[in-house]
Amino acid sequence: MFGYYLDLALRSLKRNRVLTALMVLTLALGIGASITTLTLLRLLSGDPLPQKSSRLFYAQVDPNSLSGYVAGQTKPDSLMGYVDAMNLLHAGRGTHRAALALTQAKIVPEHSTEHPYFSDGVITTTDFFPMFEVPFRYGNGWTAEDDTNRAALVVISDFLNDKLYGGANSVGKMLRINNHDFRIVGVLQHWAPQPRFYTQELGGRSYGDGEALFMPLSTARALNMDPQDIECYASVGNINKLEEAPCEWLGFWVQLDSAKAVADYREFLANYAKEQMALGRFKRSETALLDLMGWLRDREVVPDDVRLQTYLAFGFLLICVVNTVGLLLAKCLRRSREIGVRRALGATRRTVFAQFMVEASIVGLAGGLFGLLFAELGLWGVRHQPAEYASLARLDLTMFGSTFAVALAASLIAGLLPAWRACVLAPAPQLKAA
Amino acid sequence: MQIQPILAALRKYRLATLLIALEIALACAVLCNACFLIVSRLRQTQIDSGIDQRALAVIKLSGFDEAGSIDLNARMLDGLRRIPGMQSVGAINAVPFGQHAGTAGITLDQAGQHFGGVIDFYLGGPGTFEALGLRLVAGRAPQADDFRPLNHFEPDDAPVMVTRTLAEHLWPGADPLGKEFWSDHDHFRVVGVIASLARQDGGEGGPETIQWSVFVPAQPGMYLAGNYLLRADPAQLPRVLRDARAAVVKIAPDAVLDNQASQTLDELRLRYFRADRAMAGILLGVIVALLLVTALGIVGLASFWVTQRSKQIGIRRAIGATRGDILRYFQTENFLIVSFGIALGMLLAYGLNLALMRFYELPRLPLLYLPVGALTLWCLGQLAVLGPARRAAAVPPVVATRSV
Repeated sequence: MFGYYLDLALRSLKRNRVLTALMVLTLALGIGASITTLTLLRLLSGDPLPQKSSRLFYAQVDPNSLSGYVAGQTKPDSLMGYVDAMNLLHAGRGTHRAALALTQAKIVPEHSTEHPYFSDGVITTTDFFPMFEVPFRYGNGWTAEDDTNRAALVVISDFLNDKLYGGANSVGKMLRINNHDFRIVGVLQHWAPQPRFYTQELGGRSYGDGEALFMPLSTARALNMDPQDIECYASVGNINKLEEAPCEWLGFWVQLDSAKAVADYREFLANYAKEQMALGRFKRSETALLDLMGWLRDREVVPDDVRLQTYLAFGFLLICVVNTVGLLLAKCLRRSREIGVRRALGATRRTVFAQFMVEASIVGLAGGLFGLLFAELGLWGVRHQPAEYASLARLDLTMFGSTFAVALAASLIAGLLPAWRACVLAPAPQLKAA
Repeated sequence: MQIQPILAALRKYRLATLLIALEIALACAVLCNACFLIVSRLRQTQIDSGIDQRALAVIKLSGFDEAGSIDLNARMLDGLRRIPGMQSVGAINAVPFGQHAGTAGITLDQAGQHFGGVIDFYLGGPGTFEALGLRLVAGRAPQADDFRPLNHFEPDDAPVMVTRTLAEHLWPGADPLGKEFWSDHDHFRVVGVIASLARQDGGEGGPETIQWSVFVPAQPGMYLAGNYLLRADPAQLPRVLRDARAAVVKIAPDAVLDNQASQTLDELRLRYFRADRAMAGILLGVIVALLLVTALGIVGLASFWVTQRSKQIGIRRAIGATRGDILRYFQTENFLIVSFGIALGMLLAYGLNLALMRFYELPRLPLLYLPVGALTLWCLGQLAVLGPARRAAAVPPVVATRSV
């Protein structure tokens, strides 16, 4: 029966090419816009480390004074001070833990003919690499001992390695950073999880390229390399002694592998805050432990504009669907006589309904196909936008499938009303009119 | 033209009429709000920076040894001044639309109890006040002895020039001259009021804070080095900036020239608002697509109606209706449907605006947008129906005599 409906539908669509083309174009425009924005939204709100994000947690404490404090309502600060980060780091809980900040590293090329330049760097502790499962091409990270000894070691990214050493194994080579010699211990494979979860609040981008190099926090600070973002919560005596200043400039991550470990760590954090209050260092007892995706949601990492565009696109799709309903209705009313004949010859309402739904879904699939073209065009447009996520905008297999799902759903919804109108049509008057 | 028969005919096609009206209503809601968003975005890009933007450029260096800052400043100022066409060079910590520096909270009392807001400090060396082209509206411009050395990134005690907007915010209705404020332990006294000076990175507290900035005279040194304001004739500026970039590499080979930040101020401003302009462009695209789809819908349904009623049209023609009558009939019909849609659409537009206000800190939709939206849709409706209506008018009276 389906084959017969298909045949009928194609005939009917062919009979009125202009109307059919209008419907397909309308649906395609709506679907193209929706899929473009949906792809972008999915990409921007994606999981940077799908296999591990549920086990990674971002810890926060609150060293602020009591001014403006409402117990139970005030959120703790997003960054952490050096003392607290080191206390939590050395408390040794969790499978892995790391404190980190971003910095600008001045790289001086070997050849004196080339000019020095700045690159983004991460200053962190040894567990950063195993915790975030950073893939190495050559060598590996540094050890906890190196952290303690302020060893002048550096891990560089694939693109810096390509730029400096043409992609060769550079482990063991010396690199001059901020007028000091660092030994390269590792070279990464391409690694830039999106969104850039660990750079949030540290003064980095939310999307885009990864950092060029990674070095021990202790070493970088010993050489007075400054973090990108510093938030101070009290008046500062000497800003150059960041370790002692009442300032926050580190992010603290911990890996917790079981629900019990998470509950334990929460309790540990709460106790830590109480202990610090007893010592007089803290005035507030608030702490927070958000998992990776929770942290990204909390930071509202997806730009408002992208959300707005998505709402807009779906509003547009709604208008397109209403439009298609109108056009399908016109088509179906025009065929009242044909329907009357079919009904008189014994077709049930159900079969007439099915026939019109098949016709609507053909329009939908065609709309989906052209919608895909429009979406590709839209994403091409996004890639040429001045946004840090621009280069990421590409259609993947899931969104490819979703295009047709959305198209089919939209056309079936649009087809409901006309098909219903067609099937409730009384056959006798139509036959009489003929 | 009698409306009664049109309404009677529409009643027969209730569903289709309702669909067109609904489409118009949705289009009206989105159209009004999208236009409003476009205008708000573009208005943001039009803010008054308060400076002679066209004649200014900036050179930014980093990665130099802080201990050698004084020497670097001397070499840079001297070297850059030698460039032909250069009118003035001065050390400055930041420029509007550039990377921000010197953003801090201030208080109106020394004890730090009365919070005044987070503002931007422009620290400029001798000559920069004049080079920026700031317009003084009260008090005085910086004098030679106002430029004091810095012990940290702000002076301990300095006379400053505040913008009119900031003065009104801090001391509403009062004369700001002679007023004082503090940032941490640093003390500032207002000696001049300037018309406007936009913040470096936009206002953190919303659009009304965009002018919350002060100009602080300061002596170039360790805490004011590496960032230089260049002034030249606008026609010569691109060449002067090119020469300056080339000169910097020779003057300070160890330092890193920040290519992104070393630009003319026109260019910095252009980049600063790029995302807003892109968003406005997208919204405009949506509006065009929306109007197109709505028009196509009207054309489709109207054509269908014309075909359906060709016999009736023939009869009307046969009993004396002119072509113009038929044309006007369809135009009036469209006008009625669109008006109904617009009435519904205004309510929707208002509702959508309320939703946007909740999520996007948008102001209320000005009422002016509603009639403009309505007018657009009326015109669109009339244009879209013109084709089908003319086809209807072309139906010959002889059709009436045929059995279809």
